[in-house]
Amino acid sequence: MFDLVFILIFIALLLGAYRFIKGPSSSDRVVALDTLTTIVSVALVVGSLFFENYILLDISFVFAALSFTSVIVISRYLEGGRS
Amino acid sequence: MIILTFLGYVLIIMGSIFLLLGSLGIVRMPDLYNRIQAGTKATTLGALSAIIGVGLVEPTWFFKTLIIAVFIVLTNPIGSHSIARSSYKSGLKPVVSSKIDEYKEENLTDERSDSA
Repeated sequence: MFDLVFILIFIALLLGAYRFIKGPSSSDRVVALDTLTTIVSVALVVGSLFFENYILLDISFVFAALSFTSVIVISRYLEGGRS
Repeated sequence: MIILTFLGYVLIIMGSIFLLLGSLGIVRMPDLYNRIQAGTKATTLGALSAIIGVGLVEPTWFFKTLIIAVFIVLTNPIGSHSIARSSYKSGLKPVVSSKIDEYKEENLTDERSDSA
């Protein structure tokens, strides 16, 4: 069961990394970054069930908070102008 | 208890399938705004169902997984809205086949009311 889940998550990470590398504009890369960080935090939660390790849940929560902050900061920077 | 474990595993598999579909949408969609739609909505649903599924398999972890799921559901739409707003203001145009641009019309009426 975990083989199927981790294979699906790995294919999703590969597709997101393709858009992250190739993306025509910077905003495409930010969208790919948002999706990749959400997928990685889900992979950490599933990994905490797989390794029977409680601490990975805390790591996933902190990772989600930092990725949200990074997406907000980068998009505010790309907006430019006054404001 | 067996039923809860089975339901949790079904939710985890369904969530990973939705994550895969979200990434596929990022690759396949023609435009930035369509990519935001595919990459944020499908990913939010997949993350919600997979994390709640982990909480159902291990019932002692349910409260913490619920906190993570609520955090992701609250913050993911804010991020997508911020990306869309910044890329619109930095001058990225939608594809030609999308005809309605309500943000532009609202800004035009605001400028008229300000100048009047």
